Amino acid sequence: MSVVLLCVTGLLFTIGFHLLLQRSLVRVVVGFALLGHAANLSLLLAGGPAGAPPLLGGKDPEAGEMTDPLPQAMALTAIVITFGVTAFLLALAYRSWLFLGEDEVQDDVEDRRIRTETRRDQGEEYDSGQDPG
Amino acid sequence: MNIVLPLPFALPLAGAALTMLAWRWPALLRTVSVAIVAGVTAASILVAVAVSREGVVSTQAGDWPAPLGITLVADRLTALMLVVSSVVLLAILIYAVGQGIVGQKQAEPSVFYPAYLALSGGVCLSFLAGDLFNLFVGFEVMLVSSYVLLTLSPNPARMHAGMTYVVVSLTSSILFLTTIALTYAATGAVNLADLSTRTEDLPSGVRTALALMFLVVFGIKGAVVPLHLWLPDSYPAAITQITAIFAALLTKTAVYALIRTQTLLFPHHETETLMLVVAGLTMIVGLLGALTQQDVHRILSFTLVGHIGFLVFGLALFTVAGLTGAILYLVHHIVVQATLFLVSDIIQDESGEITLNRLGGLVGVSAFSAALFFVPAMSLSGMPPMSGFVAKLALLQAGFGSGRGLAYTVAAVAVLASLLTLVAMSRIWTLAFWRPRPETPEPSGEEPGDEPGLTREERYSHRLVRGVTAAMILFGLLVAVFAGPLTDWSEDAATGLLERVEYQRAVLGEDRP
Repeated sequence: MSVVLLCVTGLLFTIGFHLLLQRSLVRVVVGFALLGHAANLSLLLAGGPAGAPPLLGGKDPEAGEMTDPLPQAMALTAIVITFGVTAFLLALAYRSWLFLGEDEVQDDVEDRRIRTETRRDQGEEYDSGQDPG
Repeated sequence: MNIVLPLPFALPLAGAALTMLAWRWPALLRTVSVAIVAGVTAASILVAVAVSREGVVSTQAGDWPAPLGITLVADRLTALMLVVSSVVLLAILIYAVGQGIVGQKQAEPSVFYPAYLALSGGVCLSFLAGDLFNLFVGFEVMLVSSYVLLTLSPNPARMHAGMTYVVVSLTSSILFLTTIALTYAATGAVNLADLSTRTEDLPSGVRTALALMFLVVFGIKGAVVPLHLWLPDSYPAAITQITAIFAALLTKTAVYALIRTQTLLFPHHETETLMLVVAGLTMIVGLLGALTQQDVHRILSFTLVGHIGFLVFGLALFTVAGLTGAILYLVHHIVVQATLFLVSDIIQDESGEITLNRLGGLVGVSAFSAALFFVPAMSLSGMPPMSGFVAKLALLQAGFGSGRGLAYTVAAVAVLASLLTLVAMSRIWTLAFWRPRPETPEPSGEEPGDEPGLTREERYSHRLVRGVTAAMILFGLLVAVFAGPLTDWSEDAATGLLERVEYQRAVLGEDRP
C-alpha cells in the first residue's frame, strides 16, 4: 500500500519536474499542479500507515488505532495554498499569452544580447566557413 | 501568553483585508496603510523591549501546549529583524505614497496597498514562526503578495520576469513542503524547539540529507549561487520601489530562515564546508556579474546576490563571532540595499534613463541626489566609518579568527568582493554623475527640482520622496553610530542561536532539556 503511494509520489515528482522545464506555459502550469500533488502525497505518507480514522472522539486515545491527524491538516492547508497559486499562475499565463500572442516562454533579453554580441565578434570567420556562397 | 507577539503580522493582515474594502478612496487607503505599517513598527519595538527584559519570549496560540499548538517565538535575532524590517517597510511605503501622488509615471492600481500589507504580514510571520509549517505559511503569504506586486501594471518584460520569478519560487515552495514532510516522517514533529531535541537521535545520514534539503530550499529563495539565476532577471523588471522592498526583505527572510534552521536543528553543522564554498562562489559570481551590467537596477541586483554570500559566510563559520557578523551584516544590508534602489529610482526620475551608457552629468542636475547615492554606495562597499565597514570588519575578524584554512580563503575572497563592490559602485558614480552627458537625443524626462512648472503636489511629492530616502540614509548611519550596543545585542543573539537551550526552554517549558 505505502510502497505503491511512494512510487506514485516519485512518478509525480518526475513528471512534474519534466513538465516544469518545458517552454510551453500551460505545461509549466500542469507540471506545477503535479508537483503540488506529489508534495501533498508525501505529507500524507509522513503520517504513517493509512486506514485508521484520524480522530477518535473518546476519552481514551489508547483505545483504538488512530492515524496521525497533523499531516492531514498540513496537507489540507497545502492543498488550499497550491490551489490558489495555480489559479494565479493560470491567470499569469493567460496575461502573458495576451501580451505575446503565444504560449512559449521567450528567450531572455540578456541571453539574446550576449548571443548577438558573440556572433558579431566571431561573425567573419563563422560566416565565411559556413556559408556556401 | 504574550499578547504583543502576534501583532506584527496580525495587524497588516487585518489591514490588507480592510484596504481591499476601501479601494474606492485612495486618500483613505494611503492613510490606513501608513498607519498600519507604523503600528507594525511600534509592535516590533514592543517585542524587542519584551525580549530585552525577559530573554526569549514565546506564546502558544489558543493555549495549546507547546509541541501541539501554533507557536510564536521571538528571540534577540527575531526582535532585531522585526524592528529593522518594519522601519524599512514603513520608509518604502511612504516613498511609494510620495511617488503615487504625482502618479503620472506609473499607474498606481489600488491593489498595491493590500498586497504590500500582506507582504509585510508574511515577512513578520516568517520571523516569528515557531514551527516549520507556520514558517512555510509565512513564506507563502509573503511570496504570493510578491507575485502580485512584481506584475503590477504589467508590460511584456514584466510578464516575462514575473513568470520566471513565480515558477522558481513555486518550485522552492514545493521543495520546502516536501522537506517538511520528510522531516515529519523522520522525527514526528514540526515545532522547531521540539525538533531541535529530536534531530540528535537521527542517523547522521538522514540528518545530513535534511540539512541539505533546507539549504537548497532557502538557497533558492535567498539567491545563493548556483541557485541565484532567477534574481537578476526578475527583480529589476518591477516598479523600482517594489524592487527595493524585495531586495531588502525577501532574500533576507530566506537567509534568516536558513540561519534559524541550520543552527537550531542541526547542531553538528553538517553543511559547514559546503556553505563556506558556496558563500565564496556567491560573492565572486554576484559581483563579477555586477561589473558586466549596464542597467543600474541590474547592477544593484547582482551586488545583492554577491552580498548574500557575506551572510552565508558568517553563518557557515558556526561560531559566535561569525553569526554576530552575519546578523550585523543583515541589518546593514537590509537598510543600505533598499536605500540604493530608492536612489536609483530618483536617478531614473531625474534623467529618464537608467542604463549607464546613456546617463551622465547628474551631479550638475542635482547635487543632492549625488549625495544621496554616495553615502549608501560607500557603505555597501564597506568604507569606514559607515555601517558596511562595521559589519564587514566583524565578519572578517570572525573568518580570520576561526583557524580553518577554508575560512581564511573565503575571508580573502570577501575582501576581494568588497573591492569589486567598490569598483561597481564607483562605476555608477563616475559614469552617471561626473562625466559629461553623452550626446543623445533629449530625454523625455522632465527637469527636476523646484522649477516653476511644477505643481504644488509635484513639489510636495519630490520633497517627500527625497526626504524619505535621506531618512533611510540617516537610519543607515545610525546603525554605524550605535554599532557598539548593536554588536552586543547581536553577540547575545548569536550566543543564543548556538546554545539553543534558552529557545527550547522558552517554548517547551522549564522541565524540558
